[in-house]
Amino acid sequence: MHHATASAKKVYRARRRTNAINMTMSAMGMCFGLFWLAWIMITLVSYGFAALDWTLLTQSTPPPGSNGGLANAIVGSLLMAGTATLIGTPVGVLAGTYLAEYGRRGWLAPATRFINDILLSAPSIVLGLFVYTVYVARVGHFSGLAGALALSLIVVPVVVRTTDDMLKLVPDSLREAAIALGAPKWKMIALVSYRAARTGIATGVLLAVARISGETAPLLFTALNNQFMSRDMNAPMANLPVVIFQFAMSPYDDWHRIAWGGAILITLSVLGINILARVLFRQNNS
Amino acid sequence: MSARHQASDQNLRIAIRDLNFYYGKFHAIKNVSMDIQSNKVTAFIGPSGCGKSTLLRTFNRLHELYPQNRATGQILLDGRNVLDSKVDPTLLRARVGMVFQKPTPFPMSIYDNIAFGVKLYERLNARQMDERVEWALTKAALWNEVKDKLNQSGNGLSGGQQQRLCIARCIAIRPEVILLDEPCSALDPISTAHIEELVHDLKSDYTVVIVTHNMQQAARVSDYTAYMYLGELIEFDETDKIFTKPTQKATEDYITGKFG
Repeated sequence: MHHATASAKKVYRARRRTNAINMTMSAMGMCFGLFWLAWIMITLVSYGFAALDWTLLTQSTPPPGSNGGLANAIVGSLLMAGTATLIGTPVGVLAGTYLAEYGRRGWLAPATRFINDILLSAPSIVLGLFVYTVYVARVGHFSGLAGALALSLIVVPVVVRTTDDMLKLVPDSLREAAIALGAPKWKMIALVSYRAARTGIATGVLLAVARISGETAPLLFTALNNQFMSRDMNAPMANLPVVIFQFAMSPYDDWHRIAWGGAILITLSVLGINILARVLFRQNNS
Repeated sequence: MSARHQASDQNLRIAIRDLNFYYGKFHAIKNVSMDIQSNKVTAFIGPSGCGKSTLLRTFNRLHELYPQNRATGQILLDGRNVLDSKVDPTLLRARVGMVFQKPTPFPMSIYDNIAFGVKLYERLNARQMDERVEWALTKAALWNEVKDKLNQSGNGLSGGQQQRLCIARCIAIRPEVILLDEPCSALDPISTAHIEELVHDLKSDYTVVIVTHNMQQAARVSDYTAYMYLGELIEFDETDKIFTKPTQKATEDYITGKFG
């Protein structure tokens, strides 16, 4: 008996020691990660908020040495992200619906799901080059539409994945209940499955918007850039990420300032979208 | 002898003839034949896996949702074999409603839960739809509890209320037969008592078939009881007879709790 408690104590001490070591190591790992993140955020916020003013939002990108802002880039980014979402969402939702509702047997759905997952992690520059090859090179000029197409290729796999996942969370008993009432399958999907999964799907769309709002690479070969305010989707179009890229690379201090302003704008809008997505999702779950 | 031979044809609602059912290769129902009477409650009892739910799900061809499922034989609803591929399953399901083990309110308002099924078959104006919703909820003994919150989500109701909502949804499309698949197994005793009362009231207008795990429930609510075991129909007779003097030893063992 006495011997047993002694060895139990020994085991307990060893466990506490292992626990302490592991906890210290994971805490150090967390601090290391947070350190860089905090540094980035502090730099971004200090430079970014200094650049935020009314002219940043109201004037177009300036030539070096004069005052200006990001109005044309903001408008261009909104137009292209909006168009990309409008193109990508229906395609993604319909494809996700096929995967979750129709493709329950056979090889097509698993194969599609696999390819979609590859597309999901494809480097975005590849998508930009793809659109350059099949569209920009053919029509012979850069355009906002080409940029939107490249961005929509990022939206599609994200929306496919979330739609698929969210529909799979809808219990089959709900589907059976709709079928047992005599509902045809498409009505069951449109009126019951979608309704049960709608906030999840909306969250997926929002996260896709957040994802594309900072993408630079797909726009470099497609929308390019435009010094002036333009709403013509068939012409080169200014956008925040590429402006940030160009202005940050420049030797001019006032361009650097505008680039920081653009960076904080994107960060804040992504933050806003993420908060919205979380609020939406939480409401659904409560 | 057994009840089916006493039945006059006009009371016969569903005649099952030589029904066999397969889940892939597994033979889940073996040569079952029985007659189900109009405006009576027929209960299917038996241990888990005996095929009672499977049998029920062939009545509205819900088994067809899963491609490896296969039923052979005949289920004659008013003389017409519903397993015949020429019978439209959606129209069949309008005549044969079903309520499931777990309540399945749709993620929409209480009102829309009822209206959903009705809209599949009928075009009603707003006033007619209001009347239908009230009628169905009243029939399901839920109206007084929900009449002031028809626009609230069906998910906000208690389990027992949700199940009555599902019964109302089923009744609203005015079926002839109501299939209840262990409707009380997820409910507390008070809610169960509500549903059982309701089942009793429903038989004046509908033919009710109920699958239950609970023998006392079968004894309380049903007029006829079928005892199934390992996919076979062991005994089928008036409930009183099944519970007082069953002819089969296996039935007696089950209802007296010697096994199951």
